[in-house]
Amino acid sequence: MTDLKPDTETPVLEAVAATKHFAAGGATVRAVEEASVALHRGRIVALVGESGSGKTTVARLLARMYPVTGGEIRLDGSPVGRGHPDREYLRRVQLIFQDPFASLHPGKTVLHNLERPLRIHGHVRDRAEARARAAELLERVSLLPAKEFLDKLPHQLSGGQRQRVVIARALAVRPAVLLGDEPISMLDVSIRLDMLNLLTKLRDEEGLALLYITHDIASARYLCDDVQVMYAGQMVEGGPKEDVIQRPAHPYTQLLVDASPDPARDRAADGTADEDGTTLGEPPNLADPPSGCRFRPRCPHAMAVCAEAFPPRTELGGGHWAHCWLHADGSGVTTT
Amino acid sequence: MKPALRNPKVLAGSAIALLVVLAALFGDWFSVHALGQDPHTLDYLVINQPPSGHHLLGTTGSGEDVLAQTIAGARGSLVVGLVSALISTALGILFGVCAGFFGGVADTVLNFITNLFIVMPVFALTLIVAGYLNNTGTMTIALIIGVFGWAGGARSLRAQTMSLRGRDHVQAMRMLGESRTRLVFSEVLPRLYPLISAMFLHAVIGGVLAEAGLAFLGVSSPNTISWGTMIQNAQNQNAIINGLWWWFLPPGFCIAALGTATGLINFGIDEIANPRLGAARRAAQQAVKAA
Repeated sequence: MTDLKPDTETPVLEAVAATKHFAAGGATVRAVEEASVALHRGRIVALVGESGSGKTTVARLLARMYPVTGGEIRLDGSPVGRGHPDREYLRRVQLIFQDPFASLHPGKTVLHNLERPLRIHGHVRDRAEARARAAELLERVSLLPAKEFLDKLPHQLSGGQRQRVVIARALAVRPAVLLGDEPISMLDVSIRLDMLNLLTKLRDEEGLALLYITHDIASARYLCDDVQVMYAGQMVEGGPKEDVIQRPAHPYTQLLVDASPDPARDRAADGTADEDGTTLGEPPNLADPPSGCRFRPRCPHAMAVCAEAFPPRTELGGGHWAHCWLHADGSGVTTT
Repeated sequence: MKPALRNPKVLAGSAIALLVVLAALFGDWFSVHALGQDPHTLDYLVINQPPSGHHLLGTTGSGEDVLAQTIAGARGSLVVGLVSALISTALGILFGVCAGFFGGVADTVLNFITNLFIVMPVFALTLIVAGYLNNTGTMTIALIIGVFGWAGGARSLRAQTMSLRGRDHVQAMRMLGESRTRLVFSEVLPRLYPLISAMFLHAVIGGVLAEAGLAFLGVSSPNTISWGTMIQNAQNQNAIINGLWWWFLPPGFCIAALGTATGLINFGIDEIANPRLGAARRAAQQAVKAA
């Protein structure tokens, strides 16, 4: 595992200071504020954060399911438009939904689900060819014997098999980027590892750029190359996974890492998160978020400056960065 | 056989509906050749006769055979029911699904029109329009009933479509590059079929009742026989006061039977739409057998 981030290479897909505000009955929900994430060929970036932190919104902004309020999305370095994505864009970028039970039409066969993207993007000319290509796709996601699965309906498949069909359907387009919105969270624990290995295989063998959204640090650590941590719509920390998880710089990342059970981790003796969880508190209301750093009300190290402005990005070396006033002056306070 | 068709309620409903359809298709032939009665023949020698061997259901005030008329009435009533149901269901789908799926300005405009038709006093309007158009034949009546009766169905289809539009499987196909027209026909409409067929059945009996109501109030073609015109003729000639029950009861019973049939068939559609209903019924049957 290399720690060298290919900074020289242009990211396939990139969000640059992307902001999304939703209007909700007169109020404005500030779901995502100036979030940046870059996806490179053959690398997996994990986006970690608790529910409501804006992870899914970032994925949907990247997929252009809705337009950004501010900032921009760049594909191969060039900014994209604001409307519904054209087929050229969809051919490069595909989104995998969280719930494999909801993302397949209950009345359509596996073959139909795979044939449509093949046809839409002109990869096949006739039914026979579509059938052959669809079988190949099922083999790529290890749904074997592929020919037996083609004519099945979703209710005849298990959750893991469905999610493989969903991934095969996204691959049918032949995308360069896969955005996985918690692709394993609805699956049985016993088959999650298989799915993670499948995603690893797609990265290694096909050079896909992957965004892996999760609230589960352990699976992020297993799968990804880089981790970015989000809190209440703001990116708080990021970098190579071992740096971020072993030496979290941001107080929120520290709480998050401590809250996830992992016997293999070298953890601090003091245990920043108490067993009763009081230090974790509640995430803020995004319609009326705290000023400055949104983690301030829950932060054990909160200072006066935290209320004034969101901290700038501080490079901590080796591609590891954080948005925290503790590190902004270069003092580099780390508690682990 | 599909489990839903084994349901005795559905079987009974289908049998009644089939009988009405057969009467509509072959009723004339059957009356003339099997009963020896023509529904249009006036015989002033035998007016207001109670049921007898010759006239199985008696005769009307003009000496027409009531049984032959009841059989002939099936065609008029069924045609109005089916045609008006086709029109109102088609309009309901057009307005409801388009408004629900496309949203925005399309929704605002279509929903405004739908609401307009909902608050209109439909039956009174139907009566006025039907009275305004001279020579109202069966098809005209069906057209009027259909054009004024689609709004309620459009509302529920719109709501259901709005819910389906946001489902993951629709969004996922959209993200694969599927066109919006194709999304409507391949992802949204198939999931609305149970609701649409229930709406259609409801509209059929609604159309039959509306036709009977209009005929009763005098809006009908004098040349066509339907259950509604039969009841109207009976009313005009004081059949109830004079105790001529054989005249008005058969058409009334037929309308009620057709209504019951559509209701019973609906049980089967419910089961197809929601397989758990069928499972619950079969479980209950097994429990009865075991006891």
